[in-house]
Amino acid sequence: MTVEASPAPLGRSAFQRFIGGYGQEIVVFLSIVFLFIVVGAINPRFLSDTNINSIFAGNAYIAVAAIGMSMIIIAGHIDVSVGALIGVIATIAGTLAVSGYPVWVAWTVPVLFSIVVNGLVGALVAYTRIPSIVVTLGMLSILKGGLISATAGAWISDMPPEFMIAQMRPFGIPSAVYFMVILTIIASLFIRYTDFGRSIYAVGGNMEAARAAGINPERTVVGVFALHGFFAGIAGILFATQLQVIQSTVPPNLELTVITASVIGGVSILGGTGTVIGSTLAAILFACIGSALIFLNVSAYWLRAVLGLMILATVLADMARRRRAK
Amino acid sequence: MTLSRLLRHETILAVLTVIALIVLASLSDKFFTTENLLNQGRLMSEVGLVALAMTFVIVTGGIDLSVGSILGLTAILLGVFWKNLGLPLPAAIALAMLCGTFAGWVNGYIITRFNVPALIATLATLALYRGLAEGISQARSVRGYPEWFFFFGQGEVLGVPFQLWLLGIATVIAAVVLGLTPFGRATYAIGANETAARFSGIRVNATKLWIYSAAGFLSALAAVVFVSRVTTTRSDMGTGLELDVITGVVLGGTSIFGGRGTIIGTVLGLILIQALKNGLALSGVKGDGTIVVIGLVLIGAILVGALFDKNRGG
Repeated sequence: MTVEASPAPLGRSAFQRFIGGYGQEIVVFLSIVFLFIVVGAINPRFLSDTNINSIFAGNAYIAVAAIGMSMIIIAGHIDVSVGALIGVIATIAGTLAVSGYPVWVAWTVPVLFSIVVNGLVGALVAYTRIPSIVVTLGMLSILKGGLISATAGAWISDMPPEFMIAQMRPFGIPSAVYFMVILTIIASLFIRYTDFGRSIYAVGGNMEAARAAGINPERTVVGVFALHGFFAGIAGILFATQLQVIQSTVPPNLELTVITASVIGGVSILGGTGTVIGSTLAAILFACIGSALIFLNVSAYWLRAVLGLMILATVLADMARRRRAK
Repeated sequence: MTLSRLLRHETILAVLTVIALIVLASLSDKFFTTENLLNQGRLMSEVGLVALAMTFVIVTGGIDLSVGSILGLTAILLGVFWKNLGLPLPAAIALAMLCGTFAGWVNGYIITRFNVPALIATLATLALYRGLAEGISQARSVRGYPEWFFFFGQGEVLGVPFQLWLLGIATVIAAVVLGLTPFGRATYAIGANETAARFSGIRVNATKLWIYSAAGFLSALAAVVFVSRVTTTRSDMGTGLELDVITGVVLGGTSIFGGRGTIIGTVLGLILIQALKNGLALSGVKGDGTIVVIGLVLIGAILVGALFDKNRGG
């Protein structure tokens, strides 16, 4: 895939630069505010504590997974196996927890597993130059088939209460929300201000130019996939502990939701640009839309069509913006 | 691209397929019976029809992830047109197939008109078309089709399943078009170097539009066969079909980077996969275990291809 990084706007005021740099994020943020006002006006129960709680806490794992996915897409790659991976991680974590292992083992082992698996995927992508779509399509069927043949989709329940990290509420706020916010902040500082973070943009913008600038693109790609594995691992733990039961199957369409969050959050599908704040906002936006459909009495079966339209609209807008920038 | 190299890949694949058939036949005495083989052909047809079009798509350097969703959407529309709108079934079939073809054309239009990478465009329409199928059907299935309709999926002509005839005819047409016509040469040229093809006066966008529309049409045809075979319409039909299709095409030696591939290779790839699925099932491996094997075969096949062909990059 040939890629051109969009030129940074120069010679503008700080405010214009801010709008230019975070345009998509601002749009997504305003959409969330708009939805809350409109849907809240039509049906005030939309603004109830329970609903707001379920929007934020119930979807934090998607936002966390979208952080890693954004980095993957910024680096010019894609991972369609993330949903299957989260299903596998949740099942491993739940199984360890009910088998009497200490809670910290049930939390960390699946995350390490996730980092290793995705690191291997990254190595395959980086060193053999097989497109990431093909490798991760293969991984998707390996993880999905492996999970279902190992567990037959059985339910895991009766997990020890101290294992349920997503349900803990320090200072009255669900811990999943802390994870989402803190990881988003750390990741956006990391990707903006560290050498490795900036090399992700460089590799996604133009691989050969990155190499000429002294970056080892292969190592960066492996690193990005491993990092993505870390975030997917955390997402898997949050997913495993947010309800009282884990169904050991692949959550349907999760990869699509995660990719959509990244793309709508402003990560260009051609690589090289985007931020992780945008993807977190977009994950919240989806949760709001999904919830709003219910409160407006629209069948939830239309949700995926809405997501598809939103990806399409965002991608087309991205292409138009690039054409203008040239 | 040399002819000898193409022949080599397909020869290897043919030998592999024969070996797989022999091994599987020795593992289970049910495998190599006419009944089983024809039945497997029946099961292979839906993936096969779509794979023919997908070969063209991938040869141009593109990809179409939305084929499974188009299949699902067409199936739902067929049911809705017939049951809810009360159209006669033949008209419902024709109209649904028209919609499926149009869905494919929309893919091509987005890709050519707006320069959106095929991967992303069809990822979006994968969600959109499946979402439309779910929204229109509201997860309700349609059944109770008349008896004659089941001919497409269950009937036989001269002792061979109807859809296998369909697949055979479509294969011959696809092979002739890709191998022997200017259209086929344009397809290869676009995949090898799109800019060069454009400068050589090849109508790149028109060619791609035809190809993505054909992918929509064949997915829609597969939907009719599918509905007829399983006698009911559900919105989750064809989920994950794209994986099976792409695996078959890539295993058949079509380069995922474009510019290279043949219909014969695709057919061999499909036969190998179907034989593995069926053979493993007969030897006691559960359905989900075979998905793992398909994933491994996909990665393995491309890995081998990449090792033999180090000079090409993404």
